[in-house]
Amino acid sequence: MRVFVQGIGVWAPKLPSWHAAQAVIRGEAALSDIAAIRPTGALLAANERRRAPDTVLLALEVAAAACADAELDPKVLPSIFASNHGDLAVCDAMSTTLAASPELVSPIKFHNSVHNAAVGYWTIATGAVAASTALSASNETFAEGLLEAAVYALSEQRAVLFVAYDIQVVGGLASVTKSDGLFGVALVIAPKADQLTKCGLDIELVDLSASAVREAPTSPAEAAVSGNALAPMLPALERIAQGDARPLVLPLARHRGLSLVVFEATP
Amino acid sequence: MSQHNRTAAINSALHARTLALTVQAFAATTAAGLGSASLWDAVFNGRSHLRANDFTPTAITAWIGRVDGLEMAALPAQFSVWECRNNRLAWLALNQDGFYDAARRAVAHFGARRTAVIMGTSTGSVGATEEGYARLTASGSFAHDLLRPIVHTPHSLGDFVQHALGTSGPCVTVNTACSSSAKVFAQAERLIRLGVVDAAIVGGVDTLCGSVMYGFNSLQLLSPEPCRPFDAGRNGISLGEAGGFALLTRAAPDDAQPALRLVGWGESSDAYHMSSPQPDGLGAERAMLQALSNAGLSANAIDYINGHGTASFKNDEVEAIVVARNFPATTRMSSTKGITGHALGAAGIVEAVISLLALQHDWIPANAVTKNVDPLAAAHLALNGEAKAMRHVLSNNFGFGGNNCALIFGKNGSVQ
Repeated sequence: MRVFVQGIGVWAPKLPSWHAAQAVIRGEAALSDIAAIRPTGALLAANERRRAPDTVLLALEVAAAACADAELDPKVLPSIFASNHGDLAVCDAMSTTLAASPELVSPIKFHNSVHNAAVGYWTIATGAVAASTALSASNETFAEGLLEAAVYALSEQRAVLFVAYDIQVVGGLASVTKSDGLFGVALVIAPKADQLTKCGLDIELVDLSASAVREAPTSPAEAAVSGNALAPMLPALERIAQGDARPLVLPLARHRGLSLVVFEATP
Repeated sequence: MSQHNRTAAINSALHARTLALTVQAFAATTAAGLGSASLWDAVFNGRSHLRANDFTPTAITAWIGRVDGLEMAALPAQFSVWECRNNRLAWLALNQDGFYDAARRAVAHFGARRTAVIMGTSTGSVGATEEGYARLTASGSFAHDLLRPIVHTPHSLGDFVQHALGTSGPCVTVNTACSSSAKVFAQAERLIRLGVVDAAIVGGVDTLCGSVMYGFNSLQLLSPEPCRPFDAGRNGISLGEAGGFALLTRAAPDDAQPALRLVGWGESSDAYHMSSPQPDGLGAERAMLQALSNAGLSANAIDYINGHGTASFKNDEVEAIVVARNFPATTRMSSTKGITGHALGAAGIVEAVISLLALQHDWIPANAVTKNVDPLAAAHLALNGEAKAMRHVLSNNFGFGGNNCALIFGKNGSVQ
């Protein structure tokens, strides 16, 4: 499958843009020179911003950045959101309330607890009325989400927004789930190239031996996302930032991987 | 170049038509009992299987569609890492209607790598996470028996089904609340149309848990009596739990007759509100019209609509308005949630199975429990069961976040 990356959004507290991430990956900027910040929630009304869960702030941040990078109105794009764990903080708060005094569960916490809350807020904030979905696939979430984005773009012959994100684990969930910090990545994936295409992606399903080891990130950007459940996708960003055409195989399912090859694309 | 023109430039003018897929096997387990025969018996007779809430530890006045026996239905030892109420129901449902054997035969025939597993759920096994918090140790960690990370992720269901059936194709869980296990059909169709896989096992499972019972209670959406979809005096939903599956392959001329097929799907977003539908039903309408367009059908080709029909005041109002605006009265509609309860992330698969059974039996299911039909729905509503020669059925599912999906199933549908 051949698709094209039209726009890229990246956000972590010390990698607040794709531009910053590229500079760190290429060794043109040092993480130590970048101050950690919070996602801005710029798309949300002030009252929503205050009570929005971190997953919503994070996902909307990278989604908006990728659309801006692609010079596309978010309104016209179908969206595929993917997260390994969803909003761990909302889940912790809901479960804590349910264990102590269940009748005190808040309606807002409840509707924020659905895995598609972030994509729901995104469609509401941007007026995007096309298809939207929210996926999860454990440690293969990024690979499965990217596959669905490529399949959607090619089968429906239209550009699609793919957003992946994971946040910090808190409370009792920390005994079963490992995820640190905030990290989100968004890609606008199109079936055709044009003058704004950032790169092409050749995607293929390949066999994976049981002993295959997941490729680790090699750039200094790793320190900015270390421990986050989405961090294992970083080698894909490294390939794109460096125009590195070596195949990258991300685990996809049992004994299967998703092979990615980045190439320079022209319209 | 303007943003609008740019969109046109990178999107093809080609209109994507749904590839007809054959439903080779299906199964459902609901409050009506094990397997699709017990579900059809309840649907055919318009018999509600809702009971007064006996699930929550503190009193909530509500009715529920509860699956009996899950408490005793432990998973086989080799699956103990996935042990939880939701995966128990998944296993129970997989083992009805000959589905497990049909799925295993497909895996053997097409190859594990060429078979996808796409599951839908809303809360999945979050009940196990709730239990973790109810039994936290002194150090604030989960008890030893719950230190199983997979059941505390949204992908618990997909991961379990992949391992239970031995597939190694793409495996993903769709979590878009009440549209989840309808959207799995659309995702599978795209994967098969593009040739990524040859077969897909789709489905969904959702079980009762504290989060949904107290959550819907906090939204004041639970009816104190069995829910009455499309009733003028409806006063809220009744939650249920259910699990179901379908095995999809590319339609072929030599499929066993009569062949049941997925012939169209539509997906849309309301872009309006997190827990309330767009008042004019524009999002729901877009999904239904896209499904018709993808199937190459006009509205009058639809014999029956299995409505989302939750019995919430707003859902039923909006859905009735959209159906009245787009379909002739010869298209009959009913909601079967008075029978099964609203199974949330499993509603899509349960109602897909009911749609397939309706096609098989040439029978429009009754809109059970309802007495005084809302005038908005009166022209289309099949309050009692009706015999009708069936060609196409449309099934609607609309979820929180304004997430809509419409599916069209056909009998002996065209093979492209």
